[in-house]
Amino acid sequence: MTKEQALITYATRMGDNAIVMAQRLSEWVGHGPELEEEMAMANFALDYVGQARMFFSYAGELDGNGRNEDEICFLRDGWDYGNVLLLEQPNGDFGETIARLVLFETFYSLQLEALASSPARKLAEIAACAIRESTYHIRHASHWLIRLGDGTDESHRRVQHAIDRLWTYTGELFEADQVDRIMQAEWEGPDLTALREQWHRQIDALLSKATLQKPADGWMDSGGKQGHHSEHLGYILAEMQSLQRTYPGANW
Amino acid sequence: MSKTDWPLYEVFIRARSGLSHRHFGSIHAADETMALDHARDLYTRRNEGVSIWVVKSTEIVASDPADSDSLFEPAADKIYRHPTFYKIPDDVENI
Repeated sequence: MTKEQALITYATRMGDNAIVMAQRLSEWVGHGPELEEEMAMANFALDYVGQARMFFSYAGELDGNGRNEDEICFLRDGWDYGNVLLLEQPNGDFGETIARLVLFETFYSLQLEALASSPARKLAEIAACAIRESTYHIRHASHWLIRLGDGTDESHRRVQHAIDRLWTYTGELFEADQVDRIMQAEWEGPDLTALREQWHRQIDALLSKATLQKPADGWMDSGGKQGHHSEHLGYILAEMQSLQRTYPGANW
Repeated sequence: MSKTDWPLYEVFIRARSGLSHRHFGSIHAADETMALDHARDLYTRRNEGVSIWVVKSTEIVASDPADSDSLFEPAADKIYRHPTFYKIPDDVENI
């Protein structure tokens, strides 16, 4: 794999993470626990759609086959999607959605920070732009995690259960494959081992503030980056891609 | 889910540096931190502001509409309190 190919795959994976998260968050529209919170989830979903567009356009530009953002997003199948498994998991209750946001965003903002100084200029620019959104998402989700964890017995129990359930998908975030290794070596991408330590420190601090227990690192599920997904991704793509696949080239 | 409504907060936003905060609307929130988050999420999505104030609606002291006559009517017939008798030069804008 050349360093250019690695960069294309990496940018596409970043876009995949963003678009899958966007789909999940937008499922809250019409179902939020409070009107204000529903707006927040929809805003976050739109932030992610915006980021996905930038990553996909960039990947399309790089690979030079004339694929635009829509083709990359709507005309690839599950095995070509490289999002991490954590993001395609169902929303669960509101606490679980918040738990996932916290676990992922804490990773994502560290990843973006590292990328912001990459010699892949455009990728660095997209990362710098996404960091600001990510920082707010963490702020919002952390407030909720603390509120739920340190809230009533029921909210504590539920959000603890969510953290326990999702924990098995956090290992993949730091599992470097060939693409990650080339990114690190050639494009000053993140060192996932170092990033993992930072992530644990931040998550430790937050969990203890929220009076939640950190689960032990046991068996970790993975494979999403390489296109081996859980059953859930298929449903997300079916819903998201149906229009473009029924009316190819449709736009407005 | 709890059946109690969260308290209401009034949201004030400063659109640009140099302007004063203006009332934008209100939101529900469980506490001040959440109120700021909600105000940000609802009222600053389209670049509306650079600063937010939130204040519990119950903290606002309001005039009673029944007192309107005595509070505001006396000003109605005192046009001399308005600076309407000055000629404004054409070159002066924004007055």
